[in-house]
Amino acid sequence: MAKFTAKPKDLIHIDFKNPRTGWMDTPVDIREHMYCHPTKAKDLETVGFPNIHEWRPADENWNLPEDWKETVLNGIKERLQKYRSFHVFMDICVRCGACADKCHFYLGTGDPKNMPVLRAELLRSVYRKYFTASGKILGKTAGARELTEDVLKEIWYYYYQCTECRRCSVFCPYGIDQAEITMIGRELTNLVGLQLGWIGGPVANCYMKGNHLGLEPHTIKSNIEMMLDDIETITGIRINPTFNRKGAEILFVTPSGDLFAMPGIYTAMGYLMLFHELGLDYTWSTYASEGGNFGFFSSNEMAKRLNSKIYAEAKRLGVKWVLGGECGHMWRVLHQYMDTWNGPADFLEVPKSPITGTVFDNAKSAKMTHISEFTADLIKHGKLKLDKSRNDHLKVTFHDSCNTSRGMGMLDEPRYIIKNVCNHFYEMPENTIREKTFCCGSGTGLNASENMELRMRGGLPRANAVKYVHEQHGVNMLANVCAIDRATLSASMDYWVPGVGVAGVSELVGNALVMKGEKERTADLRGETLPGKEGAE
Amino acid sequence: MSFTELLSEKKPAILKKWFDSILDTYPSETADFLKKQKDRFANPVGSTIYGGMDSLLNSLLSNDDADTISKYLDDIVRIRAVQDFTPSQSLAFIFRLKDAVREETADESNARDFSDELTAFDLKVDALALTAFDIYMKCREKIYDIKANELRNMTIKLVERANLIFEARYRDIDLKDLVMEGNKSERGE
Repeated sequence: MAKFTAKPKDLIHIDFKNPRTGWMDTPVDIREHMYCHPTKAKDLETVGFPNIHEWRPADENWNLPEDWKETVLNGIKERLQKYRSFHVFMDICVRCGACADKCHFYLGTGDPKNMPVLRAELLRSVYRKYFTASGKILGKTAGARELTEDVLKEIWYYYYQCTECRRCSVFCPYGIDQAEITMIGRELTNLVGLQLGWIGGPVANCYMKGNHLGLEPHTIKSNIEMMLDDIETITGIRINPTFNRKGAEILFVTPSGDLFAMPGIYTAMGYLMLFHELGLDYTWSTYASEGGNFGFFSSNEMAKRLNSKIYAEAKRLGVKWVLGGECGHMWRVLHQYMDTWNGPADFLEVPKSPITGTVFDNAKSAKMTHISEFTADLIKHGKLKLDKSRNDHLKVTFHDSCNTSRGMGMLDEPRYIIKNVCNHFYEMPENTIREKTFCCGSGTGLNASENMELRMRGGLPRANAVKYVHEQHGVNMLANVCAIDRATLSASMDYWVPGVGVAGVSELVGNALVMKGEKERTADLRGETLPGKEGAE
Repeated sequence: MSFTELLSEKKPAILKKWFDSILDTYPSETADFLKKQKDRFANPVGSTIYGGMDSLLNSLLSNDDADTISKYLDDIVRIRAVQDFTPSQSLAFIFRLKDAVREETADESNARDFSDELTAFDLKVDALALTAFDIYMKCREKIYDIKANELRNMTIKLVERANLIFEARYRDIDLKDLVMEGNKSERGE
């Protein structure tokens, strides 16, 4: 064994100073626990993605196709022509740095290449080299650099350390949308077969089975039946929802995480109870069984293909309009893309609440309304009997999902609902909520396990604000309207703020909802005994 | 002036030096940001570390109990445990407190012999390091717990359902009979 000779000073010496070379000349250091595993070849084959090959991020050689460079450069060229926004974003940044410290990944990792400006610069430098006169002539002086394998690896590494949350865009004086730059960067990596397993798998499942988890119709039905059993135990009421029913007034579409994962299933129980109590003429679909869209994290084209089933199913079933469950990116897709991708949905009617008569004009064209808009309207019109005290064991705060807040501008409806179903609600600090909300740190297909350190670092700014209200007000429940949040914030809370649970807003509604003919409730939707009801059973 | 009084007097300078030493472990642009941004929500890493170090120094000076010290230490170590550091790099900042104290009390130490007090203080720092090691390990174990729990949360409903099907099918059958039946069928009887 080697003799141990280190002096105390040496032991604590850490050489973590900036590299002597500039950022352009410093090759990327791909670190374990910061990236997700590559996808399986069969999943890429399922959807016909190009350049499928075996590769591992930690290896020196990524087995790229021979013409990888040409493919990527052609990919950039095509997108510059296709998306004017992308072209503008490549040119317009003045590197003022307003975005630099607004990214949760930068705040948590401290890695300068996670500053949104520098993350974009990784791609911009390549753009300048091949697509601008100054870059071609002046090269590095004009901020341009050759596209090499190392540069491609760097783009891959950092573009999968961005959750497309758009917080940086809120602070950009030019309104540069880093999310769109990341989307294009990811498309480029997909052109040469560098997809993640956590994205490629769900995409293939969704394409073949209709949902990310690959649940088949009988599984969806039996999962919901298990929830119905639980609802019956808690309320004494047996609910009988319908599936794939032609002629229903409303088609309900929600992320498949709600059908399966904890604590999402409690949110789904909330939907089921609400719709039953209203006597809503609606149906579930085992075909359009996924509101989420991991295609959105692969390419515009893939997202469009996966999204098409929602209108197709609405048409097949002959419903009047579509109601959507609690999800984040699902709503950015539905709100901003669905209509132009797969519309016009002229066979549908403008969503109108059959209970209150409210017409949701904001969904005039897309014909799809968010469950929180629908529920808030019901409460506003006094259509729900609510017993807030059933949530008295919860001190609730609300996490705005990036996509529902910055992507569709829904800020007040969930808060209005929570205040009507809970007695104890506390906001997190102003610069961490609403448009300035911090990402959960695990969106856009980064909610895998192998990159848990990245997720924890990215989740720190959100968790730090939760910790504050936990310490100040005893907050013990983090409500949200996103399936990815429900899954990933549970992990984040477990690490950063133990003692804080995570719940969908509709779960809280389900707890408070007084249903006709129900027995006296002694437990909440999780089966936990309500305060004051101990020993009642 | 006692050594403790001296430390109290020098506390702001010691804290600054100690904080600067941990900032050295981050890239320089990041270190500037961690130092200058005072809003605790805009700068969770910098403010948590600074606040934690401040509280730790107060606790060491007022001989707080181990639980209180652990809490402050936890705030810092929990962050360092998931950042880009080896375990020793994560926790090396604790020993830098010895340097900071020595450097800031050098003049007074020359005038008066504080070697016994410094030794006693070093022992406290060593104890701090051992506590930090416990916390660090708990944090790392937690990460693996979370990974396992995520998998469990994703599949628990499947497992429950499988159990329900099993129970429904074999509720009235003795497990021994089931095993014997299986053995028979294996033997082709």
